[in-house]
Amino acid sequence: MNLEYSAEYQEFREEVRRFLAQHWSAEDAARQPDADGMAAYAGAAGVDERATAFRLAAIARGYLYRHVPRRYGGGEQPPDPLKATIIAEEFRRARAPHEMVGQGPSMLVPTLLEHGTEAQKERFVRDTLLGKVRWCQGYSEPGAGSDLASLRTRAALEGDSWVVNGQKIWTSGARASDWMFALVRTELDRPKHDGISYLLIDMKTPGIEVRPLRQMTGDADFNEVFFDNARVPAENIVGKRGQGWVVSRSTLKHERALIGGSHLTRRTFDGLVMLAKALQAHGRPAIEDPVVRGRLVELEARLLANEYQGHRLLTMSARGEEPGLAGMVMKLASTSLGYDIAKLAMDVVGDRALLAPGEAEAPAMGMFGTAYMWSLGVLIAGGAANIQRNIIAERGLGLPRDARK
Amino acid sequence: MDFGLSPDQVLLKDTIRRWLEAECPTARVRAVMESESGHDPRLWEGLAELGVPGLQVPAAHGGSGLELLDAALVAEELGWGCTPGPFLACALATAALNASGHAEAAARWLPAIARGRAIVTLALGEEGGEWDAARVATRAHGGALGGRKPLVPYAAVADAILVAAHDDDGPGLWLVERGARGLAVTPLDGTDMTRRVAAVELDGAPATKIAAGRAAIDRARDAGLVLLAADAYGGARRCLDMTVKYALTREQFGQPIGAFQAVKHQLADLAADLEPALALWWYAAHAHDHVRERAERHAAIAKAHLTDLYDRTTRVTTELHGGIGFTWEYDLHLWFRRAVFDRAFLGEAAYHRQRAADLAGW
Repeated sequence: MNLEYSAEYQEFREEVRRFLAQHWSAEDAARQPDADGMAAYAGAAGVDERATAFRLAAIARGYLYRHVPRRYGGGEQPPDPLKATIIAEEFRRARAPHEMVGQGPSMLVPTLLEHGTEAQKERFVRDTLLGKVRWCQGYSEPGAGSDLASLRTRAALEGDSWVVNGQKIWTSGARASDWMFALVRTELDRPKHDGISYLLIDMKTPGIEVRPLRQMTGDADFNEVFFDNARVPAENIVGKRGQGWVVSRSTLKHERALIGGSHLTRRTFDGLVMLAKALQAHGRPAIEDPVVRGRLVELEARLLANEYQGHRLLTMSARGEEPGLAGMVMKLASTSLGYDIAKLAMDVVGDRALLAPGEAEAPAMGMFGTAYMWSLGVLIAGGAANIQRNIIAERGLGLPRDARK
Repeated sequence: MDFGLSPDQVLLKDTIRRWLEAECPTARVRAVMESESGHDPRLWEGLAELGVPGLQVPAAHGGSGLELLDAALVAEELGWGCTPGPFLACALATAALNASGHAEAAARWLPAIARGRAIVTLALGEEGGEWDAARVATRAHGGALGGRKPLVPYAAVADAILVAAHDDDGPGLWLVERGARGLAVTPLDGTDMTRRVAAVELDGAPATKIAAGRAAIDRARDAGLVLLAADAYGGARRCLDMTVKYALTREQFGQPIGAFQAVKHQLADLAADLEPALALWWYAAHAHDHVRERAERHAAIAKAHLTDLYDRTTRVTTELHGGIGFTWEYDLHLWFRRAVFDRAFLGEAAYHRQRAADLAGW
């Protein structure tokens, strides 16, 4: 066990720092919107020309999109999780634009690279990486949540078009997106998973209506998307007819990795400690209350465990070992920790939890109230907690699969 | 940057695991725990031949001079096996002797500990749940100790006892040998029958001062906290493994109980808590030797977290077994009881969390 980086990697870190010093100034950093903010999840983070120019330079140096070939606009580097970690750490420290957050770069691109045609890759990958084409995910439906394979939105091939009818729901960022990658039912005679195809749908297609869906925070980051005889060119299918389920599997795996990261949880926890120091409760700073202190350390233990587990997973990946159970538990471990941190923050806020997010009288503008609600959102998104428990029990512990129809 | 075990460490773990499976199955665990002293000299000799008591003894004194992480990996395996014996007692004493800087005591006792020829233990805790070296009541005057240590591991079979006490200069560490005048050791019935405790009365017992100040005592306590965390992890993993196997074979309502979601989800929650917790005690052990400024706080956090998890794991897995899990005949309660020891010894979780909050400067 050695937590020092070797000379080769220390030199690499210096190289990244020199690059950042040259290409991303303190003024640039001050203008950059917070990449870790909640809005980033909803795909609302804007792109400006300065950020795009910087990303192009970083891609040319092989710092971003390392898994994407250069011919499609990526950095194309041999896999090296340690270098990827150093880049992420240094870019975060400099507040420089990293890879675009959102479902296009993180989910669609790996899927296209694995299953797309040459024409699809050339058309979409480069612009998606730079945020010029923005994507939403059309998976969930009112009747198909955890049981996604029961989805009923239909696409029928008529001439050179798929004619799509049906409804998607919980579609994050649909109003800001140019395109949707969607799962639709194309083979009516085939059972569940075998009847599904993966389609790329231009959101400007006539017959598509997007209706905002207001979530419990009061904002509307989700939408419902209705399809009424929307015609999609036949070549916009990814993979073969009826193979959409297999095509989409790589995508969900990527989303779980996206939601499982622990640096956001660290920020929330550090914010909670600051809050507990700043707020008075019953005649003393909240942090002097032994109950609060005990709970903080209890949560910090789980946070540290997740962080060191991140080092462990990184090491396994660098050694070419399969993470197995160690990787499967991370979404549940990190989202349930976020949920408990938010709960303690609400207790520390105390009676001022009566004030709504955005109310100037509320501590930290009520951001802990918003975080309290969002901690439920991420527990559900990308495979709800009970689905994670099934995955851990079945694939990780080898227990029998649930009876399914 | 490599946060993983070395090939030597994996080999060490595997060797201990295979040896325990062959030499100390639960039938032998039960025989030892039902014996009068709770100590099986032949079992301890076998572990000594594998180098277990000498892991942290410097090479100059006949040990292998390894780090706390190596000892913790062995503690994990002993926890997995619910192995009875004075491992923890000797590890605490070794850490204290190493940190004492007392060359004579080290030269006299460490080689004997490493060979399994001597058992040495540490007497720290006192009445009132006191585990802080600054607040113990035992006093040293003119080379003699007076006081009471109610919960000393393996004191009844110890050849020497290291005693945390105070003299006019403040806290320090003294060594008392077996059979000393004024030393009375009373074996006690313990909840965990695989790690025995005894009450130690000191009434003018002649003792050698081997360290001034609290540093050596704290260092030994921190090593002990990490070893308890590792023992807890190993034991909890064993309970989880046993219960998964049971859930796959026990049938009710015409199917294995492991097919019911209620059972699956309880087990998945335990796995989701235990998996990352491994990395927490790994880091705490690593920090003990390599990141000294974080060592004390991480040891406290790891002990509190892992022993709480151990307790929850033994309770949930016993519940999942149903009636059989509540019997004496079934082995699960061996770990249930061991979890009680890991939680209580050196101070409970809440105490160490308050210490961790203090150490953070909150």
